[in-house]
Amino acid sequence: MRDRTLWTWHIGAGLVILVLLGLHMTIMHLNATLGFFGAGSTEPTEWESVAARAGSVFFTLTYVLLLGAALYHGFYGFRNILMELNPGRTLRQVINVGLTLVGAALFVFGTWAALAAPGAATMGG
Amino acid sequence: MTQDPTRQVTFHIRRYEPGKDAAPHWESHRIELVPGMTVLDGLWKVKELSAPSLAWRSSCRMGICGSCGMLINGRPRLACNTQISELGTDVVAVAPLPNFAIIKDLVPDLRPMFETHRELKPYLIRDDVAEQDDPTLEYWQSPHELEHYLQFSYCIKCGCCMAACPTVATDPQYAGPMPLGQAERYNTDSRDGGFDERKKVLSGGSGPWRCHFAGECSQVCPKGVDPAKAIQLMKREMVSDLLRMRKRREPAPVVQPPKGPRREEIPAAPERTVTQD
Repeated sequence: MRDRTLWTWHIGAGLVILVLLGLHMTIMHLNATLGFFGAGSTEPTEWESVAARAGSVFFTLTYVLLLGAALYHGFYGFRNILMELNPGRTLRQVINVGLTLVGAALFVFGTWAALAAPGAATMGG
Repeated sequence: MTQDPTRQVTFHIRRYEPGKDAAPHWESHRIELVPGMTVLDGLWKVKELSAPSLAWRSSCRMGICGSCGMLINGRPRLACNTQISELGTDVVAVAPLPNFAIIKDLVPDLRPMFETHRELKPYLIRDDVAEQDDPTLEYWQSPHELEHYLQFSYCIKCGCCMAACPTVATDPQYAGPMPLGQAERYNTDSRDGGFDERKKVLSGGSGPWRCHFAGECSQVCPKGVDPAKAIQLMKREMVSDLLRMRKRREPAPVVQPPKGPRREEIPAAPERTVTQD
């Protein structure tokens, strides 16, 4: 049962990445096009723009969600590559536990960075 | 284009006898090419003229039994179904199917494939065991329902897809295209009710999740079956089931065969040779 569930989450994470990365690309790299339609006229890499996004609950949530989806998607793929090297039973467990711990640690660190950024929504301005 | 009647071809054959040879080795044999000669015919000629101990499997000589799957010029094919002239070369390299242990010479050990096949219950699973053992009526199935699985039922279990699959080559846990394709063939059969039993195995590590969709299995299938498609359809069905979105259906009902005058050109079914006590 476990492999089916993991694979389904992998596909779900891929869909989340598709949407959120599309949002990121639109905001960060298509500002000229957005400006043409009357939105996003400021330079997205300027401090004010970065701080404004960091202070938005919506953007903070998308950062954390994108981080989680990308970490899961990437680490699941990496695990599959390692599993195809045909490791023994013990090594499989080490890979599973090791990747889960590293992925969780990176997620916690990335989430903390998003929440603790100067001007972040959770820091009260 | 006519063939030169005196044309010679060289067979490079991979030989190996466990217990006698330390490792597989190649042998070369030259034979005269006869128009219409298949690789299987060539092997028989080699055996007759210069290598009497050469071993391989074959039976029907017409691409039906699936016995003579082997690696011919780098591609898994049926020896009986491969004309030497279609290879476009005077050199025919023949080796046993990769991804299987070798029993002798060109004879692969297909037991792991068939054991996995058996685990996935490749038969109709229904509650009416008595009706299956001693049929009195027919299971209803429309031509449209037949289309769902028909192409997958053409599989002859030759193992060519397993030999071509890059995932089978590296992952001994993976069930492989033939067993998975056949599980899908029965899962999509409207007469079958065994999805829940098969999914116990399919949901685990040997299921379709390791398939990279390289598509080599479908490329090499000598019967035109598309196991790669079956595996992708299976993934969709399994995920739909996990998300509670799979449409559940009851196995097709037992019905009276349609009445009507029998067409004269259709012969009557033979008498049963096995009877229930």
